[in-house]
Amino acid sequence: MKSLRRYLDKIKPHFEKGGKFEKLHSTFDAFETFMFTPDAVTSKGSHIRDSVDMKRTMAIVVFALVPSVLFGMWNIGFHHFKATGQEGTLLEMFWLGFLRILPIIVVSYGVGLGIEFAFAQYRGHEVNEGFLVSGMLIPLVLPVDVPLWMVALATAFAVIIGKEVFGGTGMNILNPALTARAFLFFAYPSYMSGNEVWTHGMIKGEGIADTFSGATPLAEAAAGNVDNLPEVSEMFFGTILGSIGETSTLAILIGAVILLFTGVGSARIMISTFIGGLVMGLLLNAFAVNPFMEVPAWQHLLLGGFAFGAVFMATDPVSASQTPKGKIIYGFLIGFLAILIRVVNPAYPEGVMLAILLMNVFAPLIDHYVIENNIKKRLKRAKVKA
Amino acid sequence: MSEEKEPLFSGKNIKLLTEPLNDSNPITVQVLGICSALAITVKVKPAFVMAVSVVFVMAVSNVVISLLRKTVPPRIRIIVQLVVIAAMVILVDQFLKAFLFDISKQLSVFVGLIITNCIIMGRLEAFALSNKPWPAFLDGLGNAAGYGVILIIVAFFREFLGSGTIWGYQVIPEGFYNFGYENNGFMILPPMALIVVGIIIWVQRAKNKKLVESN
Repeated sequence: MKSLRRYLDKIKPHFEKGGKFEKLHSTFDAFETFMFTPDAVTSKGSHIRDSVDMKRTMAIVVFALVPSVLFGMWNIGFHHFKATGQEGTLLEMFWLGFLRILPIIVVSYGVGLGIEFAFAQYRGHEVNEGFLVSGMLIPLVLPVDVPLWMVALATAFAVIIGKEVFGGTGMNILNPALTARAFLFFAYPSYMSGNEVWTHGMIKGEGIADTFSGATPLAEAAAGNVDNLPEVSEMFFGTILGSIGETSTLAILIGAVILLFTGVGSARIMISTFIGGLVMGLLLNAFAVNPFMEVPAWQHLLLGGFAFGAVFMATDPVSASQTPKGKIIYGFLIGFLAILIRVVNPAYPEGVMLAILLMNVFAPLIDHYVIENNIKKRLKRAKVKA
Repeated sequence: MSEEKEPLFSGKNIKLLTEPLNDSNPITVQVLGICSALAITVKVKPAFVMAVSVVFVMAVSNVVISLLRKTVPPRIRIIVQLVVIAAMVILVDQFLKAFLFDISKQLSVFVGLIITNCIIMGRLEAFALSNKPWPAFLDGLGNAAGYGVILIIVAFFREFLGSGTIWGYQVIPEGFYNFGYENNGFMILPPMALIVVGIIIWVQRAKNKKLVESN
């Protein structure tokens, strides 16, 4: 560690103003602050300075994602072996998934950070940290067999159109990871939905047993085969088909605990999202006209990407509502709409993505009215006194 | 009659023709006519036909209104403008139905909707009503061309990336598909037209600093 610090200090002057690599300052800065807590001190105004900066915050989210990643790796191997009818040890399953996921993560980070660095250099500002999380979220919301060039394209789209055109991290109105997923969902539906994409090797049909359907529980339910839904415990632990990181509610809950414990994720948003989903589920149960609408409300929370979206996507501090009251409304509507889209619109079995993106767009409006309302209330109070 | 001496292609007149292509482009700068730009830019061919139709409708109705400008009472000018545009649009529509039936089918309702294209009404109101026929003609040509150019650029990217073809001919080789390339289905959907228009605006503003508002 010390030698690294010394090395950074040695090359630092080259990147300062007037140095040889002055133009690459933001790149150097990004690496330096990534490795070490910056030693900047506040010179005016308030003098409270927390060492937890954006990079540390983002690192905590990545840390919270680890259980989902690890479980996703095993789950890919598990389903591949199950589909091909082979026997495999735990390690073999994990290794197979690891080899599948690693390239997706590498491509996602490579392309995204590449673009971020290029923009930072060009605009002369610091490299934005936001992509540290987006780069990990993007692979987790994709099916396992998505071609790598699609990942690269979607990442580029999300970073450029979803973020940089608005001014970079902190300015984006949409969650970048979901923008990437939505892009792929609409651009290459044959690789993003259907029954073949969720199991490794199934698109090419390599040795997949004929009896293996490959449909996700959500697809089964949407088709009305509610009897085919897996056991609740399976849905909770996540041994079901789905996008890489979304299947295990347990792993996601571990992540949620980390986020809540460190105060990085908003408990208001998470809880109100779950409540919103539950309310919609109960409403649908009450008016059930088809088998899908009869699925118990609480099971919806375990299915598909609902939990993942609620914990990791809806709580994105940039695109979510900022006011405490706004957060509750925002979260509730996400859950509410997600289940509505999921059940009522058969074309989009995964409503969570669309619900979150929609509410991302509405978040500033919600904040606006919450603030206006507060102003009105206080004015009223002031008038009564006078 | 002093203007008689002004040459047909004086600097001012040339400007009428070229300015809408860049500095005051109806789509990318004035942001008019977006609706049809979203709807008919999936393929280059219909976009081209649409562009030509708009050029015709706009140039002719600009001239007609310019000729009528002194006789039309201001209170009913909008109605008169609509009648003129509608007459031209019907001509175009009938022509397309007679000679380019397939494309007419693809453009469907959007030929008729040229009437409501705000660029045309806007130019009639803002320019033709107060200018002589020749400048009005050039203004109509210029604005319609500015509209058409953007239409064709957007359609080019959408058809190329969305269908792998240009003007209906396959341009992305079969080998690419065998290698795993896929047409981008998102390009065929209207939202992507909006994003492509946005990117064009971005590029244009990066090159043309005049357009960037200072605040």
